[in-house]
Amino acid sequence: MKAMIVKEFRELLRDRRTLGMLVALPLVLLVIFGYAANFYVSSLSTAVVGPQASQVVAMLPSFFDVTVTEPADTQADAETLLRDNKVDVAFVTGKTPVLALVDGSNLFAAQSAVAALNKAGDRVKTQVLYNPGLKTSWVMVPAIIGLILTFIGTIVTSIGMVREREAGTLEQLAVMPIRPSRVILGKIAPYFLVAALDMIIVTVLGIGLFSVPFNGNPFAFALGAALFLFVVLGLGVFISTISQTAGQAIQTAFFFLLPQILLSGMIFPLDAMAAGVRWIGYLLPLTYFTMISQGIMLRGAPIASLWLPFVVLAAMAAVVFTGATLRFRRDLAPGRNPDSASPAHEQPAATEPAGTA
Amino acid sequence: MTYSVRSATVRFGATVALDDVTVEVPRGSVVAVVGGDGAGKSTLLRALVGEVSLNGGTVEAPPKQRLGYLPASSGSWAALTVAQNIDFVAGIYGLAGDELAARRAELLDRAALTQAAGRLAAQLSGGMRRKLGFVMAIVHRPDLLILDEPSTGVDPVSRIDLWRLASEAAASGAAVLMSTTYLDEAERAAHLVVLDRGRVLVQGSYDQVRADFAGVITQTDQPVRAEWAWRRGRARHEYWPDADPSDPPAGATAVLPDLEDIVIALSLARRDAVRS
Repeated sequence: MKAMIVKEFRELLRDRRTLGMLVALPLVLLVIFGYAANFYVSSLSTAVVGPQASQVVAMLPSFFDVTVTEPADTQADAETLLRDNKVDVAFVTGKTPVLALVDGSNLFAAQSAVAALNKAGDRVKTQVLYNPGLKTSWVMVPAIIGLILTFIGTIVTSIGMVREREAGTLEQLAVMPIRPSRVILGKIAPYFLVAALDMIIVTVLGIGLFSVPFNGNPFAFALGAALFLFVVLGLGVFISTISQTAGQAIQTAFFFLLPQILLSGMIFPLDAMAAGVRWIGYLLPLTYFTMISQGIMLRGAPIASLWLPFVVLAAMAAVVFTGATLRFRRDLAPGRNPDSASPAHEQPAATEPAGTA
Repeated sequence: MTYSVRSATVRFGATVALDDVTVEVPRGSVVAVVGGDGAGKSTLLRALVGEVSLNGGTVEAPPKQRLGYLPASSGSWAALTVAQNIDFVAGIYGLAGDELAARRAELLDRAALTQAAGRLAAQLSGGMRRKLGFVMAIVHRPDLLILDEPSTGVDPVSRIDLWRLASEAAASGAAVLMSTTYLDEAERAAHLVVLDRGRVLVQGSYDQVRADFAGVITQTDQPVRAEWAWRRGRARHEYWPDADPSDPPAGATAVLPDLEDIVIALSLARRDAVRS
């Protein structure tokens, strides 16, 4: 048995990835759950509109962080601020009682807001928009669509790509007269289509089973999903370039997947996270897709008000997808120009060797 | 038309995988590369297909459209059937429709795989899988066919089939370069190249190699110098690099060396030269 234990330790020490996971994962989970796992929202971004706006602002407790005070604005303007995710709560003054509009798509903020407003009694009439029943499923389904796309994009795609390497067929493809870019596109196109199909099925089922509304423009939603898919497919391709086996690919994909679940705002609200952890959430593509999917599905937000997540996802897609395909291309064409058109080619001496024997 | 690598040098870090290697592969003939593990066989083949860049020297090879390659790995997609594997590769080379159907049927017949056309590649025996890989490498009638140990781990009957397929490819005008660990296969090639630690020990036709072999190999039960001896069957062979074949060392019986004797003897001589 001693020999077995020694052998196992030796193998483990050589498997840096597993070792890293064993050492780093508990630390990461501790930090995340310690600083990020917080459902309590300490302040709410608030707008106050209508003729008595200034008086109402003076009466509000500090929990309501007033960022907009517009005495000339109406209820419609307040709803626009909520729809565009500029504020969590909007008070409409000029009527008795004062009308408090709450953005129900930001579930934990909305729950905190409703709890605080209930203490005001009859002085405030509370109306929750976009998720009147404060149903968790309404908030989760748009985020889960992103999670499913992430799963297919990173894990399934990276396994599919790495399988070529494991089977030795990547080498076969490399010597065939097919451009590396076409190999990559040919490899990911099926995953893109399957993910798109899954997205449609999950969205339709979410609407059918959980009565989740779809208030926005489906084309804007499709555009956001396509951009997001390019990011996660790029991650999948990237993972395949740093993995030799399907096991390694799954392990590595897990490293990418776990933070997306925990830090994208899908489970724990970003606003409630400690600043030291929250910034990680803003580096994750799922954070921005969730902003788009919740915004379009629940709030019916137009693309103009969601320009930031769209631009960030487009930039991520460009950087991640291009970087990953360039790395994969290097694996496919280490030796010579794949498009040699001459009947016979002369390959001059290279300055650096590539590949291994 | 002759394809070649000339004065090829390939280094992987501090390791010299190929050291000033020149090999020519004329169309219509089979050239066999033999050598032990780490001799540089795969590196030489991969240099010709463009999978390995040279640190020195040149490669003359056809464009990818005219190149066929069977890597040392399976060379086929496990989750596709035999026919689907052929169709996929043929499609990349532009074969389609009736032309593809006729070519597929012809190759399946020649490789004795017709009955297995609908089977998944993963379900094939080792020999059948290598034959499938071979068929995929020649589906587009390449000008240069490169086969990396096509018969390693393959049963004797499949080895014969693979050799026949390689010979037929050469007979139809392809230049065939194959690596092998089986010296009996190499003896059949028109030209053979013996590699050892990245260098060419000897090359030429089998007859040339035997004729140019210097020194004497003797058969004995008690070798005089253990470091120059090796076991062949129940006997031991010993190499005398400086001996005259007409005057073998006293007390020993000179034997006519075959390729295995020559490869081992030259490898021992090189190691002795490196040591000294």
